[in-house]
Amino acid sequence: MTTRPMTFVQASAAALEEALAIDPTVVMFGEDMADDTGGGVFGVSAGLSTKYGDRVRSTPISEQAIMGAAVGAAVAGLRPVVEIMLMNFMGIAMDQFVNHASKLRFMSGGQTPVPLTVRTATGAGFQQAAQHSDMLEAWFGHVAGCKVVTASNPADAKGLLLSCIFDDDPCIFIENTLLYFGPGAVPGEAPPPGHRVPLGKANVVREGSDVTVVSYGRQVIDAITVVDRLAEEGLSVELIDLRTIMPFDERTVLESVAKTKRAVVVHEAVKRCGVGAEVSSRIHEELFGELAKPVLRVGARTSPVPYSAVLEQAYLPQAPQIEAAIRAVTA
Amino acid sequence: MTAPATDPQVLNRIYELAARIRLCDERVIKMLTGGEMAIIYYPVTGQEVLAAASGAVLRADDYVVTTYRGMHDQVAKGMPFGPLFAEYMGRVSGACKGKGGPMHITYPELGIMVTSGIVGGGLPIANGLGWAAQLLGQDRVTVVNFGDGAANIGAFHEALNLAALWDLPVVFLCQNNRYAEHTSYARSQRNEQVAPRAEGYGMAGVTVDGNDAAAIYSVLAEAVAKARRGEGPTLVEAMTYRFNGHYFGDPQEYMPTEEKKAAKAADPVKALRRKLIDEGHANEEDLAALEARIRAELDEAVAAAKAAPMPDLAELYTDVYAEELAS
Repeated sequence: MTTRPMTFVQASAAALEEALAIDPTVVMFGEDMADDTGGGVFGVSAGLSTKYGDRVRSTPISEQAIMGAAVGAAVAGLRPVVEIMLMNFMGIAMDQFVNHASKLRFMSGGQTPVPLTVRTATGAGFQQAAQHSDMLEAWFGHVAGCKVVTASNPADAKGLLLSCIFDDDPCIFIENTLLYFGPGAVPGEAPPPGHRVPLGKANVVREGSDVTVVSYGRQVIDAITVVDRLAEEGLSVELIDLRTIMPFDERTVLESVAKTKRAVVVHEAVKRCGVGAEVSSRIHEELFGELAKPVLRVGARTSPVPYSAVLEQAYLPQAPQIEAAIRAVTA
Repeated sequence: MTAPATDPQVLNRIYELAARIRLCDERVIKMLTGGEMAIIYYPVTGQEVLAAASGAVLRADDYVVTTYRGMHDQVAKGMPFGPLFAEYMGRVSGACKGKGGPMHITYPELGIMVTSGIVGGGLPIANGLGWAAQLLGQDRVTVVNFGDGAANIGAFHEALNLAALWDLPVVFLCQNNRYAEHTSYARSQRNEQVAPRAEGYGMAGVTVDGNDAAAIYSVLAEAVAKARRGEGPTLVEAMTYRFNGHYFGDPQEYMPTEEKKAAKAADPVKALRRKLIDEGHANEEDLAALEARIRAELDEAVAAAKAAPMPDLAELYTDVYAEELAS
């Protein structure tokens, strides 16, 4: 079968278009999203308002109003997909997302589900400094009732975003700016139409027997490079891409570590109180007696994202740190 | 078509709803005082008539969003006492299976969509309900209730701006009871009224005596009809007073005694009852019979709630996500 290449931007755009086409209750809104305002700051929604009219709207810069309108529309039976331009702006929409979107199903005893999806871009490496680049997935991992999802390749991006849109719970879909728009934005294989990737199910990217590496998003790409190089040395690394960050696929992770007895968790977000802490804790709680070494975590330094490229690169977890951690747990 | 406020049937309907609210409020307070029930309760005493007027204006399929001080808005929209008291008592037969409690009463079949414990949290949500109706070509209207305190949170500004911009079928009903928790209106904002802020958003704004049944009914009827015609939102500021402080048991030392006395002397529920009799729209016997029926309904609801089982512990793992969580 021949496949054509697809970028991350094209993948998200294709998912949005497919969702609008197959379900009239899917609606989209956010800052600059409609075509007469540029089709989205990153162009992901380009063309959609022209084709789908009022179902795709631009809003004022009002994150509380955007998220609240999505909550209300979802409670009224629509499937809103909102764009919060950058993940740091979730801070402004936090009351609506955490206190309302994530809890209304439970608080109402199941009467008011909130099937909304938030698309939000973020990620360091673009010198966008401390308020435009944070990976904040751990904030939401602590909130029962919502799901946090991200992709490490375009086919997954399309399949996961579609699954978020048609999921009956509030989902945050993180679009990594470097993968979408940076030098790392290499195209991948385009999936066939209708392709979905189930939520809550991790992907075993490389099978291995000596050590398990658990990661997600852009760091999966770094990890693949490291893992493939170590394979040449004869080290067999199992690489797991969580895809759904929270609630994560504990079963796949625990089964893998039960086999390898060693694990490293890698993410871009600040290591302190990050998702890695939860993954590592679950491994220790379930497999402590079987582990050959304590689980190690690789994440960003405990600092706001710095501006200077030199500082930013030192802040970010890099391939050499992933390699060092793998060597440390297998030494 | 909504009947005019001068229609005796309208005033009688408003009284019936106001009496349901007042008697329900009295029952809750009696149960709290007598140790029959121990909950944090945000009394609605004094604010019944404006809610009743809203209930008399709205259709069953219209949406209501309200706050933790929201029993009057819920009962006015038709909330039955049974699931209300069962929810207050944390029973599985409650409106929310005992998972939400008094601050989150939800009853979608009568349009009671969201009750928020966050001051001002409901305003942006009302826009979404309104937008959905607009997009789906439905002529249902959303009324979102909030206090004067909510007018000072950022969500108020964002929500009113968007509602005006998109001509949403939403009525923003600010129940100005003159206190934001324990801080008076005068200590919270410079302007004397909330409604004039509407002009800043290109929206109609009206201040009205929320304790005068005919006056508040007329204003709400017009605002709702306008929204239903697709002519956009209105900010209605209904002036009222909170008789029993922020929460039941609040010492209310921050509320001047004279002010409270004057408000209670002008009790809007009693005033409406008197007016109905004085103007010959109802007689004492009929109203007493109505009140007795409501009390009997309350007796039944409370007894049923007490007899109902508590939720099974497995309920902790359901309704968190669409699919059940592993325990």
